[in-house]
Amino acid sequence: MNRASLIFAALLLIAVPLSLLAGRVWVDPDTTPNAFAILAELRLPRAVLAVVIGAGLGAAGAAMQGYLRNPLADPGLFGIAPGAALGAVIALYIGVASAILLPLFALVGAGGAMALLALIAGRTANPANGIALFTLAGMMIASLAGALTSLAISLAPNAFAMSSIVTWLMGALTDRSWADVTLATPLTLAGLAALWWARRDLDAMTLGEPAARSLGVSPGRLMALLVVGTGLTVGSGVAVAGIIGFVGLIVPHLVRPLTDKRPSSLIVPSALAGALLVLVADVVVRILPLVTELRLGIALSLIGAPFFLMLLLRMRRAA
Amino acid sequence: MLETCNLSIADRLNSVTTALQPGTITAICGPNGAGKSTLLSALAGLLAADEGEVLLDGAPLSPMPPRERARAIGYLPQSGEVAWDVSVANLVALGRLPHGDAGKFAVASALAATAMSDFAARPMSTLSGGEKARALLARVLAGEPRWILADEPLAALDLAHQFGLLKVLRAQADSGVGVVLVVHDLALAMNHADRVLVLDDGRLKADSAPEEALSLDIINDVWGVKARWLGEPGQRALTTIE
Repeated sequence: MNRASLIFAALLLIAVPLSLLAGRVWVDPDTTPNAFAILAELRLPRAVLAVVIGAGLGAAGAAMQGYLRNPLADPGLFGIAPGAALGAVIALYIGVASAILLPLFALVGAGGAMALLALIAGRTANPANGIALFTLAGMMIASLAGALTSLAISLAPNAFAMSSIVTWLMGALTDRSWADVTLATPLTLAGLAALWWARRDLDAMTLGEPAARSLGVSPGRLMALLVVGTGLTVGSGVAVAGIIGFVGLIVPHLVRPLTDKRPSSLIVPSALAGALLVLVADVVVRILPLVTELRLGIALSLIGAPFFLMLLLRMRRAA
Repeated sequence: MLETCNLSIADRLNSVTTALQPGTITAICGPNGAGKSTLLSALAGLLAADEGEVLLDGAPLSPMPPRERARAIGYLPQSGEVAWDVSVANLVALGRLPHGDAGKFAVASALAATAMSDFAARPMSTLSGGEKARALLARVLAGEPRWILADEPLAALDLAHQFGLLKVLRAQADSGVGVVLVVHDLALAMNHADRVLVLDDGRLKADSAPEEALSLDIINDVWGVKARWLGEPGQRALTTIE
């Protein structure tokens, strides 16, 4: 475990118990009525889900940036999140959005996007074109899924369906239960395992694709690991919480200066830092004194976008 | 032995047959677009042949598992890309990936062979062009390959760094490693290679000792330049004749 992992693991150990107490109602286990029920049935699943989703997004972002050798890469770029969102939107559109069916539809959407991505980019005659094809295919899938989602909103059968689709797309962890945790956790863990498995190949990609192949990296295997890894982490995250942007982009940026810069050194601390960021952001939206709770996806974008602009300004000054 | 047998790759290489010897330095020369880098990539097993094949010690290279091939053949691309600002030691350690071990001794030897031991902890972004070239070569040496294939490793280096790198490569050849270099500077090829392959438009025009492969007739024929060699063998310089 490297230094960055230790720092974020320690912060997470402090943040998780604190997050259980924080909210519109601050829970005091001794005096608050039904304190145990609030903690066990409402706050704990929500905290676990924030940790699971954040870890998946952070690790997927780190792996994607390593794969594309680009600090601006984001797991959302590859159409998996929009694909999952489209699946969920279809469930809301046709009115079968139960607590079980909605995430399942989203997972089918993510699986469809992964399959399409693998089908288009998986068998290239010239491996040198692989990454360009992969990125373009992902962007096209993202556009297509985005357009179909907009179509579903515009054709929504009633105002309730339209509003539930739009609200869901904003991303949130409100009222999530242990059922959501049970669904997202094993899938995210499997995705994290795939990304972890790809770590040495991602290190080799530091030298560019031809040199990586000369070091024994199989481009097809690496692509498959990334499609499965980001598909499962991002797909399961969207399935239970909607679209939560910026985590996959910002977290690896924050973590990289604390590591030795190798992509393999970034995956675990990015997972821990992603978990911490989503957990803290979810606490912030809970305690803000607004009439309705601010959506987590919006909050992260509100924090993320200015932060990212600041990073870009600093990069400009350094250059 | 690393061989090509009627190797053809559409529009780039046309029926190239050659057999490269371990323990020697072979230079691949030719005008821009002649197919030098293509041949080097094919020898490294990174490009599939349309016809013919590449053989390593008599066995076809293409069906060989990638890691096994990577342990035998070290490849240094022209780009010199290093995407993240890793330390020299971590960069060089990438050469151990095909072996799946940290190979501390091999990494230390590679750093020492390229005179980069003192730079081990330095980030790559703080190195000069010459130091970076040495670090990248050290990455290949750390894999302890039987063949080193390098695409224009001497381009953009000053005189001292060119000779420093050539000294490292000669030491590798003397220890039995086969060294294959794409070289643009014909005088460098003439003075430092044991053998020269001349490519022109994807075809092998010459494949012999440097004095023969880089004869004035071949230079005139392939590069379209009338030239003259000056100096003694081993210390040649090339000058053009109007």
